[in-house]
Amino acid sequence: MNWQALELTLRLSCVTAAILIVLALPTAYWVAYSRRPWKFLVQALASLPLVMPPTVLGFYVLVAFGSSSPLGRLWQRWTGHTLAFTFAGLVVGSVLYSFPFAVQPLVNSFLAIDPKLIDASRVLGASRLSTFFRVILPLSASGLATAIALTFAHTFGEFGVVLMVGGDIPGVTRTISIDVFDQVQAGNYAAANVTSLVLLAVSFLVLAAIYAWNRRAWPRAPWA
Amino acid sequence: MKARRGTRKLFRKILHARFGAVGAALALAVALAVPSPARASGQLTIAAAADLDSALHALIARFERQTGAEVRLVLGSSGNLTVQIEHGAPYDLFFSADVAHAVKLERENLIVPGSLVRYAVGRLVVYVPRDSSLDFAERGLAALADPSVRKIAIANPRFAPYGQAAVAALRHANLYAELEPRLVLGEDVSQTTEFVVSGNAQAALTALSLMFAPATRAAGRYWLVPQSDYPPIEQAVAIVGRSREKTLARKFLDFIETKEGRAIFRQYGFATPEKRP
Repeated sequence: MNWQALELTLRLSCVTAAILIVLALPTAYWVAYSRRPWKFLVQALASLPLVMPPTVLGFYVLVAFGSSSPLGRLWQRWTGHTLAFTFAGLVVGSVLYSFPFAVQPLVNSFLAIDPKLIDASRVLGASRLSTFFRVILPLSASGLATAIALTFAHTFGEFGVVLMVGGDIPGVTRTISIDVFDQVQAGNYAAANVTSLVLLAVSFLVLAAIYAWNRRAWPRAPWA
Repeated sequence: MKARRGTRKLFRKILHARFGAVGAALALAVALAVPSPARASGQLTIAAAADLDSALHALIARFERQTGAEVRLVLGSSGNLTVQIEHGAPYDLFFSADVAHAVKLERENLIVPGSLVRYAVGRLVVYVPRDSSLDFAERGLAALADPSVRKIAIANPRFAPYGQAAVAALRHANLYAELEPRLVLGEDVSQTTEFVVSGNAQAALTALSLMFAPATRAAGRYWLVPQSDYPPIEQAVAIVGRSREKTLARKFLDFIETKEGRAIFRQYGFATPEKRP
């Protein structure tokens, strides 16, 4: 059992989920409440990673941050190395890949809030920011919990993007899914089996813990 | 609560309105899932190691013109294709980038007895971007130790023959311990080469046979690693036991051993020794 790969994958999932929540909150707020006529374009853009194959995403990350692109050269001058084959590269790929999984539950939650409550908060003199943190966010706890659980789970099981940009470096980019892939390709079915079972158990335990912890956030089914 | 009842009503409405669409989608799914009729005769499916990409495309084009047969090509790492064949992949011929994987399948009785042929030997090259200043002619593999080389791509030695050859060559040059932290692993030689083409690695140890593709040629240059630095990368082919096109598969094997077939392999960077078991 490759514990190093498991630790790496857990770290990647936590970092990705944390970054995505920070990015998704303002995005979801804008998508939920903006009245711009071109809002549908932003919605389509934000949902693109749902439709795009992870290989395409990985390919774009490779090309966009390769040394032949201006962005890649800028990154290299800044950090001294290319983004591919690094943990940061995996984080960038994962954030892009799981973006809709963070935004969509939050948008749904925000839209489910009775607008009267928001109006009341504003009429009573609270700023937009304070309304967001004291009215909208507390009422969106279930959406927030779903967004965290989904991005975490989605990153944990991610394969295609990592295969494209990772370079399979032990302890840096060899995630658990890549490790299983390697073991199967090498014909080590017994090892692949053990790793897969541990992966299955850990995934279930982590998800069960997240859902148990947020149990109170779901007092009822969302449609009831 | 009013709001809740309203949503429930809406939900039910959506359910009813969408039922027609759902039914249609279901019917379509069923129609697509029903297996298509048995494939037309004269169709060959070849599974091949990624290093054979250009050479097999050229061979297949000739073979199709001569016989009128249709050939499909599936490329991957020898390890992955072996696993697929072990699990019943519908391939007729298996081109491995080494003998070991083909022999493994032979031992498992998954290939036609006696069909295993070693027909060519692959060569290892160092591939660098066109503007790279590394001088391999002068310094050999030791040029890779230059600090400007931050990442060196090799195929995954856990299952890719060229990756194993790359590790052997680096060990032979006493560079492995020093360069190991800079290694990144490609799934097969194609991905390994691509890491240099996209500008993410500064060098790759990969297959000579991939150096003939226009994109690879345009993006970089290569240097042949001396053949004595690593065990020969013998290419083996065999007919898959489950194949339903064994006659056509045999015909393709005969074709690659003709003068014309061997010339194509040489043209794409393989050596074709006379002696074979």
